[in-house]
Amino acid sequence: MGRRICRNVVFVGCGVSRCQPTLVNLYPGQPGSAVAYGEDNLQALKSEFPDLVWSTFREETRCVVSREQQFELLAFLKNTQGFDLLVDITCVDYLNFRDAVDRFGLVYLLANTVTNERLNVRCFVNEPELNVRSVASLWLGANWMEREVWDMFGIQFEGHPDHRRILLPEEFTAHPLRKDYPLRGRGERHNFPVLERGAS
Amino acid sequence: MALLETQTRDLAHDEEQEFVWTLNFGPQHPATHTTLRIVLKLEGERVLDAMPDIGYLHSGFEKIGEHLDYNQYVTVTDRMNYISPMANNVAWHCAVEKLLGLDVPSRCQYIRTIICELARISDHLLSTGAMGLDTGAFTFFLYAFNQREKIYDIFETLCGARFTNSYTRVGGVMHDATPLFVEKVREFVRTFPKTVDDMERLLNRNRIFIDRTKGVGLLTAEEATNWSCTGPIARASGVTRDLRKDEPYLCYPDFDFKVCCMREGDCFARYLVRIAEIKESLKIVAQAIENLPEGPVNCEVGDRAHIPEKSQVYSTIEGCITHFELTMANRGFEVPQEECYHAIEAPNGELGFYIAGDGSDVAYRARCRPPSYIHFAVFPYLIRGHTLSDVVAVLGSLNIIAAELDR
Repeated sequence: MGRRICRNVVFVGCGVSRCQPTLVNLYPGQPGSAVAYGEDNLQALKSEFPDLVWSTFREETRCVVSREQQFELLAFLKNTQGFDLLVDITCVDYLNFRDAVDRFGLVYLLANTVTNERLNVRCFVNEPELNVRSVASLWLGANWMEREVWDMFGIQFEGHPDHRRILLPEEFTAHPLRKDYPLRGRGERHNFPVLERGAS
Repeated sequence: MALLETQTRDLAHDEEQEFVWTLNFGPQHPATHTTLRIVLKLEGERVLDAMPDIGYLHSGFEKIGEHLDYNQYVTVTDRMNYISPMANNVAWHCAVEKLLGLDVPSRCQYIRTIICELARISDHLLSTGAMGLDTGAFTFFLYAFNQREKIYDIFETLCGARFTNSYTRVGGVMHDATPLFVEKVREFVRTFPKTVDDMERLLNRNRIFIDRTKGVGLLTAEEATNWSCTGPIARASGVTRDLRKDEPYLCYPDFDFKVCCMREGDCFARYLVRIAEIKESLKIVAQAIENLPEGPVNCEVGDRAHIPEKSQVYSTIEGCITHFELTMANRGFEVPQEECYHAIEAPNGELGFYIAGDGSDVAYRARCRPPSYIHFAVFPYLIRGHTLSDVVAVLGSLNIIAAELDR
């Protein structure tokens, strides 16, 4: 694992007799700094998954994984590399993006709460195979993030415990954050069924 | 919005448990504070399950982000977490500046730190205040809200707007801080601790409040991390993660402050962590306002990032060219065709923006990592097994802002 970051942390205690917070200084020291992915871990990963494409931008370490290896890599990162915090899952539709080959790019933002490392894992998917394996079994927090990606981009997550739309109504058919969906919609707002009082 | 009618009906007519009944909590309910709906499955007063049903306030902020340029979109970020809009503005423009590779001057960084911490104070005041209000402590709420007015006054002095500030710009801020602003912040730092003391005296040992919040909505540190919780909610469970210390942005390394944590992980712990954070934030504000550096507040004209002052535009050729370049439709910022993520420690947790730039003035993709959305996913887990009256306590302690939840 990478180095342990010194932090200046206070535990606010609540006494039994008086509930005045008591301050305990656990990690005295200088503040840490954002850590790019550690070099030794990087070597371990590169030998385990030789097919990954690595890049760095603004001190962020990123890798691109194939659709087949996506779950395997994320499980490896979670279980043996200590990436216990799934910061976010999002997606980018590269329809009009210059020089783009793939249609959708899934982005998994991972963080390690102990060593403070961050890693962005990207996975490209193309039509007609718009499905990847769900990581909700690894991180509970992935549940709603994946539902939002399904809602907005129409990418299916196999093995998701609750695969439904989340922000949009169930009868909505489009996936509005795709680039071929117009900004003002396709008239859903005007054609929304209105239930008259006493009609039901 | 995604609850099927059949599923709701199934809950009500569960054959095995015929005492189970269904209660609609929201979308319009005083204790949700905003528009969100929870379908509760009750046995007597005990909550067996809760099904959040969100999306009532969905307005496509991320889609709008693909059509507004980097300076215009700040007005939309105001409307995400509207009880601390300054933190959202800073988060958005820090992410944009990371994408553009810009460094802002230290005076700008100090001003941004001050407004971030003032936003944190005002957010925590409202969230603890509303939690007190929901559990029956009305006086506490009034004490908290009175001080929020003072912070609104400070923001009004700074940028003219009280509520939706839109204060930051790419490579700088809208206006430089005036001496009046400094004076008002000093006044606030001097008078505010008395209110915190009053608030603590009102609730910290209040029997009713402790009975309603202690041991309710338990979350352990491992669960909090596994559910992707950040901010006060994770810290109340013992996760010692704070981006201000762990990944210092702006000028947080310059200040002496502590990260406030608790191990209990219940609603009362979240309340105490927020109150303790208010005091730490006040320390940061006090240090920053006394050490506010002199000098330019915005990026240099040569960086071609910030629209220069009118005096520069009319009297220097560089200023004139920069103004022209930035305002013409076919010119603008020099954006790399890249993607990056930047997060700040917003009052509610890690608020980050994932921006994909395509060379134009407009983000190709502007993803917001909303803490409220991620925290609300935990709600069914927290409330299971507790009583109906605990719903408002848990909801208050999570500080769910529906505008940020649905975006």
